[in-house]
Amino acid sequence: MSLKIHQDHSRFKEIVRGKIKANLRKYVQKGEMIGKRGKDLISIPIPFIDIPHFKYGHREQGGVGQGEGDVGTQLQPGAVQPSQGHQAGSGEGDHALEVDVSLEELAQILGEELQLPNIERRGKEKIVAQKIKYTGVNTTGPESLRHFKRTYKQALKRQIALDAYDPKAPVIIPTREDRRYRSYRLQSLPETNAVIIYMMDVSGSMGDEQKEIVRIESFWLDTWLRHQYKGLECRYLIHDAVAREVDRDTFFHTRESGGTMISSAYKLCKEIIRADYPSGSWNIYPFHFSDGDNWSADDTRFCVEMLRNDVLPAVNQFAYGQVESPYGSGQFIKDLRETIGDLENVSLSEITDKEAIYQSIKDFLGRGK
Amino acid sequence: MSPKSLSPLLEDLKREIEGYARSFGLDFFETIFEVLSYDELNMVAAYGGFPNRYPHWRWGMDYERLAKGYEYGLSKIYELVINNDPCYAYLLESNADVDQKLVMAHVYGHSDFFKNNFSFAHTNRRMLDEMANHATRIRRWIDKVGLEKVEEFIDRALSLENLVDYHAPYIRRNPDPKKAEEEAKLNEGVEGFKVDREYMRGFVNPKEFIEGQRKKVEDEKLKAKRFPERAQRDVLLFLLDHAPLEPWEFEILTILRDEAYYFAPQGQTKIINEGWAAYWHSTIMTRRALKDDEIIDYADHHSGALGTRPGALNPYKVGIELFRDIEDRWNKGRFGKEWEECDDLRARRAWDKKLNQGQEKIFEVRKHYNDVTFIDTFLTPEFAIDQKLFVYGFNDKRNSWEILDREFRKVKDKLLLQLTNFGQPIIEVMDGNHENRSELLLAHKHDGQDLKSDYARETLKNLQSLWRRPTNLITRFDGKGVILRYDGQNHSEKKVDL
Repeated sequence: MSLKIHQDHSRFKEIVRGKIKANLRKYVQKGEMIGKRGKDLISIPIPFIDIPHFKYGHREQGGVGQGEGDVGTQLQPGAVQPSQGHQAGSGEGDHALEVDVSLEELAQILGEELQLPNIERRGKEKIVAQKIKYTGVNTTGPESLRHFKRTYKQALKRQIALDAYDPKAPVIIPTREDRRYRSYRLQSLPETNAVIIYMMDVSGSMGDEQKEIVRIESFWLDTWLRHQYKGLECRYLIHDAVAREVDRDTFFHTRESGGTMISSAYKLCKEIIRADYPSGSWNIYPFHFSDGDNWSADDTRFCVEMLRNDVLPAVNQFAYGQVESPYGSGQFIKDLRETIGDLENVSLSEITDKEAIYQSIKDFLGRGK
Repeated sequence: MSPKSLSPLLEDLKREIEGYARSFGLDFFETIFEVLSYDELNMVAAYGGFPNRYPHWRWGMDYERLAKGYEYGLSKIYELVINNDPCYAYLLESNADVDQKLVMAHVYGHSDFFKNNFSFAHTNRRMLDEMANHATRIRRWIDKVGLEKVEEFIDRALSLENLVDYHAPYIRRNPDPKKAEEEAKLNEGVEGFKVDREYMRGFVNPKEFIEGQRKKVEDEKLKAKRFPERAQRDVLLFLLDHAPLEPWEFEILTILRDEAYYFAPQGQTKIINEGWAAYWHSTIMTRRALKDDEIIDYADHHSGALGTRPGALNPYKVGIELFRDIEDRWNKGRFGKEWEECDDLRARRAWDKKLNQGQEKIFEVRKHYNDVTFIDTFLTPEFAIDQKLFVYGFNDKRNSWEILDREFRKVKDKLLLQLTNFGQPIIEVMDGNHENRSELLLAHKHDGQDLKSDYARETLKNLQSLWRRPTNLITRFDGKGVILRYDGQNHSEKKVDL
């Protein structure tokens, strides 16, 4: 059934998305979304949906509350809500609301905004997981699934109806008939497998700002690919003159010094793919970020060779993003462009500053591979 | 929307509850219940209780919040009732019977309050029709001038919607301009005091005195040329009277102002109104309507509605407790000079004059009080301790909210400050021809709290778009007088001495 309000609702959503669209670059720039990444939810503050009024700052205002606690006791974060504004009767409060957008929704917005095509999967979908979903309450079941509250409530109801309940001595004894159990259904989840192999140059020339760019960009790549594949794996490799595999945290925070031998990373990548991800059933995405200042032309030749012979045939898409460092940006992207730039599953992108992340995401994901 | 008529069962329940309500002496408008599905109910709630409003995205915003809250099981609308004659209220289709009874009992409380409380005396009791009219009129303008334009205007006007004079319906601030003019004319020939004997004139009314009087009259006249003649709280009215609005803008602004005035009393009586309704649903349910097997569900939902959180005051809870406290005090005679002056704790604790005036008193209170006077008159130190009230504030050093004080005076003052003008700053029009350049000058009556300055600037901007000429606001930041100005392109700021 269609309600009148759906017009207003979709108008509001358009505005919200419009805001998100217009400010997408801004968020990406500030990286606000990563910081607020909670369990599965992300809060996006919407800047101007709050119609401005002449009003007091809430912090300045404070208020009156109710409950236990000595003077000086801290209130739980989130306990204090801006006081209801005028028109309390109409259900309107303070409009400073943060709309919670789930990662799923965020990915949709991203896809819509960047006009990203859905990815063509490789490999057969196979049933990999069964999930238990609790769907209701039943009168029979295993004791381990007994629903204590419902059982208790049922017993209380019965005793009151039988006049066997004395409020002065509130003893409640559930009988066999009172017991309630959670009931569940098994759901099968078809999944395809996908893995992202992140590689980052951590040589001396990669500063904090460059890493910030890499981090923001990988957040978005991650979000999109997670949206496309359930059960996405990630591997993280860092390299200067030698490459090694690290965990996510180290990946974004390590800073090494020394020279750059990109081939070391590709070699490790190749080995990982060969060992863990047979390409018939895996969708593989190597993403490599560097400032492009490779050690020698020989090494670059070696890289190209490895990519062409071993890596590219096995992966959905190989992406190389070159960030500009304070020392200028290197030769590597040009070399790649000349040698393998025409291949279908290669995408190359230069990320000069945070502004350029937007375009770069589009470069990487725009092909639907 | 397809309101369903009540099922025979609900019809019976309604008759039953209505009977109880009457037997307790409640006096309400005829009350019509409609059964809605949850998304219909969310829609109506987003529309502020009305089935029909003009198109605007903010209803969609509220709808989103309500719908999400319901879907995730975070919140549920219990009751929704419109101040109208007949009174309309909505029941959620999927609620259990005991919930429907609770809602009905609660609604009769509200309906009685709407009918009898002085704050609502001037409100339009045909607002259901009026809202639909407003919607139609605004839709018509949308067809004529376009959605974008109308929406943008509404967005700006909403930014100013709290700039009305919430007390205007009860008092007269500005004397009738015609009458004032006549008075001025009357004073024109200054003759001084009446003189019986002509030769005494020089003594009774010496020349200097006459001169002084004449000058005073001149000054008065000069003042009269300023407009508004005196500071005006109803900024929206001032704009309607003097801003160069297009006809469609004028009509829409009139509508928004009417609606703001219609909703104002509900904001002014949140605690007392919810408290009254909660008092009655509790009384009706526990003394009459509940069946044995419903008690647990009732208790569960009742306690849910009255639950408290440390960072906010639950109007249901404070309201019902205050009414119960008043009833108890007037039953036992715990009021008046003798009670106030008694400082023997033991005597106070045992105090019971068996007056049994409690019921009578609470009915009187529901008629003559709003939130401010309700709290001011009946919030006692004992009550504040009983209810564990405290003042909280933000600690910058620890970057968190914390309990500041439990002292009665401070709690009460804070609460009253929050309720006065809905805790919003008081802004008045001072001059519509500021600096003789037809600029608009507003003044903020500073009461110790600074305005949120970015919001103030944005609001000034919206105001400028209606006034067309530059707009100014006098306020105070960190104790220093400031005039904020927006000229249509740029914001500026100037220090002033206040």
